[in-house]
Amino acid sequence: MLLIPCPYCGKRDEHEFTYAREGHIARPTNGEQLTDAEWAQYLFMRKNPKGVHYERWMHAKGCRRYFNVARDTVTHEIYAVYEMGQPAPVIERENGR
Amino acid sequence: MTQVNRLPHGGRVDSSKPLRFVFDGRPYEGYQGDTLASALLANGVVLVGRSFKYHRPRGILSAGAEEPNALIQLGQGNRSEPNLRATQIELYEGLVAESQNRWPSLTTDVGAVNSLFHRIFPSGFYYKTFMWPKTFWMKYEHFIRRMAGLGKCPTEPDPDRYDKLHAHADALIVGAGPAGLAAALAAGRAGARVILVDEQQEMGGSLLSDRQAVIDGVSAAQWVANALAELRAMPEVTLLPRTVAFGYYDHNLVSLMERVTDHLPPTSPEALNQPRQRLWRVRAKDVILATGAIERPMVYIDNDRPGCMLASAAQTYVNRYGAAPGKRAVIMTNNDTAYQVALDLVDAGVSVAAIVDARENAEGELVATARARGIEVLGNHAITRVGGKLAVREVEVRRLTGDGKSVSSDGRTITCDMVLSSGGWQPTVHLFSQARGKLKWNQDILAFVPDKLLPGQNNHSVGAARGAFALTDCLVDGFAAGTAAAHAAGHTEPAGSTPVAGAEPAHSPMREMWVMPSGKPLGHDGKHFVDYQNDVTAADVALAHREGYRSVEHLKRYTTMGMATDQGKTSNINALALMADLRGVAIPEVGTTTFRPPYTPVTIGAFAGIDKGDFLDPIRKTPLHSWHEQHGAPFETVGQWHRAWYYPKPGETMHDAVNREVKAVRTSVGIVDASTLGKIDIQGPDAAWFLNMVYTNAWSKLEPGRCRYGLMLGEDGMVMDDGVTSRIAENHFHMTTTTGGAARVMAWLEDWLQCEWTDKKVYLTSVTEQWAVIGISGPMSRKLLSEVAPDLPLDDQSFPHLSFRDGVVAGVKCRIFRITFTGEATYELNMAPSYAMHVWRALMQAGEKYGITPYGTEAMHVLRAEKGFIIVGQETDGTTTPQDLGMDWIVSKQKPDFLGKRSLQRSDTKRPDRKHLIGLLTEDPNEVLPEGAQIVAELKDKPPMEMIGHVTSSYYSPNCGRSIAMALVKNGRNRMGETLYMPYDGKVVKAKVTEPKFYDPEGARING
Ligand SMILES: [Zn+2]
Repeated sequence: MLLIPCPYCGKRDEHEFTYAREGHIARPTNGEQLTDAEWAQYLFMRKNPKGVHYERWMHAKGCRRYFNVARDTVTHEIYAVYEMGQPAPVIERENGR
Repeated sequence: MTQVNRLPHGGRVDSSKPLRFVFDGRPYEGYQGDTLASALLANGVVLVGRSFKYHRPRGILSAGAEEPNALIQLGQGNRSEPNLRATQIELYEGLVAESQNRWPSLTTDVGAVNSLFHRIFPSGFYYKTFMWPKTFWMKYEHFIRRMAGLGKCPTEPDPDRYDKLHAHADALIVGAGPAGLAAALAAGRAGARVILVDEQQEMGGSLLSDRQAVIDGVSAAQWVANALAELRAMPEVTLLPRTVAFGYYDHNLVSLMERVTDHLPPTSPEALNQPRQRLWRVRAKDVILATGAIERPMVYIDNDRPGCMLASAAQTYVNRYGAAPGKRAVIMTNNDTAYQVALDLVDAGVSVAAIVDARENAEGELVATARARGIEVLGNHAITRVGGKLAVREVEVRRLTGDGKSVSSDGRTITCDMVLSSGGWQPTVHLFSQARGKLKWNQDILAFVPDKLLPGQNNHSVGAARGAFALTDCLVDGFAAGTAAAHAAGHTEPAGSTPVAGAEPAHSPMREMWVMPSGKPLGHDGKHFVDYQNDVTAADVALAHREGYRSVEHLKRYTTMGMATDQGKTSNINALALMADLRGVAIPEVGTTTFRPPYTPVTIGAFAGIDKGDFLDPIRKTPLHSWHEQHGAPFETVGQWHRAWYYPKPGETMHDAVNREVKAVRTSVGIVDASTLGKIDIQGPDAAWFLNMVYTNAWSKLEPGRCRYGLMLGEDGMVMDDGVTSRIAENHFHMTTTTGGAARVMAWLEDWLQCEWTDKKVYLTSVTEQWAVIGISGPMSRKLLSEVAPDLPLDDQSFPHLSFRDGVVAGVKCRIFRITFTGEATYELNMAPSYAMHVWRALMQAGEKYGITPYGTEAMHVLRAEKGFIIVGQETDGTTTPQDLGMDWIVSKQKPDFLGKRSLQRSDTKRPDRKHLIGLLTEDPNEVLPEGAQIVAELKDKPPMEMIGHVTSSYYSPNCGRSIAMALVKNGRNRMGETLYMPYDGKVVKAKVTEPKFYDPEGARING
């Protein structure tokens, strides 16, 4: 059970949050010009990394704000939380992790 | 005859407080402070259970949580609980316990023939049975279930209360032995917030069984008492005895189970006035694991006979409980710790016939002391036979030869009634491992010890839990860890100095000896048990090896080793070591098992807490709920809402009531409570733009005062929700959603505004519970409304369909929407919830002369189905597009973009032969199809047949005078007039495909 630092409320238990999919996937504004394959890339294809994952969470039982989380999918370490619209931070990890 | 094996002196039990208890129907007496196990031993009861598979007679092996044998059915009736460890059950007055897995009695057990038939139950039996064709399992299931049962589940509901608590701590300390107490003292004195938990009734851990140790110049018992008194006086320290830390989860969350009243007679006032158990969830900055170590039994032949016990357990029974497990012991060991046991036994007046030491040169301080006390020490020896079936009577010992793999041909028989063994100690690394810490093998102590911590977790294993067994190490470790935890949390008050242990004897090295040879091949003339609870023997491990199941995970699944309720606390290392030996590799190469929560079993009641019955899920009621109740309506659950289903009159069936309600709406006027509709207030200069994006149709030109039906798609083009949205003002809309979809839609809309369209000025507020909604529907609805809202012009020009007006109804300010879900002229009156009952009653009173009829959700569904109106989630299932529903008319061709638009152009979504929504009219007009019925076009004698769709909605329509149904059917719109088949319940129903509109297809009735 994660302890997630909501940028607006502070550290709260995971059960207060809902997962809101992978982050930093912009909705294409030119959908009509995209091929089915290109559109499917946006619509269906998601990363499944071992290590740092940039994802969105929503503080459903709190402030109800969406925000970004950089989380390690192996250790569940949360390296950063940051507001929507901010760029993904580069996470430097120690050797051996 | 009472307490024949109770020692005249010693022990921490209170002999001035005798307690009566019953085991297997026989009355006994024990003392306050006893466990059921210690009380049984004090009474000379050594046979306490039958084993799982072979029904072998079993006695008490341990004195703690690791107990594999002494599993007990405790209590009676609805409080009866199976599979409890006798070693952890505190005795109370009137306790009633029964042994398990025996019939008709412990001493005469019919199931013991399993022992003779063990060839049909070889290791791997379950594995193979599960893996092979299903019929094989079904053939054996009945037999296995009957023979392999443990305890019995009570059949009545649990009468007890359970509680839950969340807590935070600077340091959570697990285990209140020397290391845990030292940690708590250090952290507590420094000013940290500390929670100290221990699974036993009394804190002190190993010190409670230790008659030798001296700490800070006083006896161990006195030091424990002093430490606890000091800790109790600290306001930031919480002491939780009778509490097991059973689960360690991400980010330092630890679950505890506190047994609040389990030590009290269950119906005593003290027990009934408190929750029985309490589940704690502790988020700790630091977790100090002072969990000690578990002794390993030695694997010698027939090591499961009642009277075979862990050496340290015997020490605990003698020293702590004043109960001797027998009169005369033989001790089998490969290390020094068993020598102190021997000395303590002799001190207490229990005779020790011999110490059988596997070591070739058993020397050292403790060995010398034992010899000096006249105890015979047989170095380089093994136990090669255990005599006695229901209790140990004697053992045979022989000299070890050939590197410890064989024994001499001549043996010697020693009379004894207990065999105490010590194969070394395994640190209790369960919580460390649950926290996903990595273990490493320590060859000196022949055990796995904590190594690397998972980043993001913060814990420290101290003392025996990290393999540092000496008392001084425990105290130093614990005190340092407590200090560090306090400092890390910013608490730095002076904590005094580390407690100092008195001199301890030095320990000589162990001998690595995983199975004791008996002079015969494994499995001949007896069994070397490794996992007592699941009846796994050394021969089974060898069989697994021969059949190629050699990794630890395969070994576990193949033999079921470590998969019983004790999770192999006494068996895992022995099994791993045996496999390593067979493979000729080092133990770590076989691997370690993954420890998973819970450490010991936790009651379901503790997990449920108070969240059961009425508290399981919140119930949402409309402001009119009590009226529906008073008028006999049963309720239908929609999400968390309870909605009136129908209103039966005396003598009416549901069918009668629904038909009456449906007819009334078509002929006069019905009234419905629609308060549960989801409602979202949308404001901001970009509100209209936003609606254009989230709905398929166009919203820019909707005039204030007008309403429009909208369909919402997921980005994949599939229908997600629908509802009517009204323009209140230029930049202000009122959206309605389905009852069940309200929260999902709100989150969906917020998601787009917060994450994607962050520059748009749109603000959403859920107003579902701020507006109560009363619908009046039917040809007389306008006349009725005009009587209760005399100032409101209601003609079709002033107040046309799909518009709303603000007005006063029965003296109450209302917002009235003219929208319909029945196809009849309908007014939906929205008002403050507190006035809803007044308006409802006024409408009922004024409507009496028209026969106004309250109708529930069932009639509402029939009415909308007659018109072919969809319900999202019933006609759709997340794979349904607007085109599939025949609703192209609502999908804008002009709008440049909206959610789902691009996906509707995907090759699969625009396929012409997808499943389409169609109507079905059964050949027999009285046949009402079951919803979900599968549809075939080509009927065959028997399955398989190609299923081309399913029935989504199906009712009897009194207005059509026949049954009606809607269905999603492959290529359905191109099958108009075709006959399709629905085989179910051993019959075949024929139906003709029609348009999904059954009543007033032209929509002529909308203006009443
Ligand atoms: Zn928040």
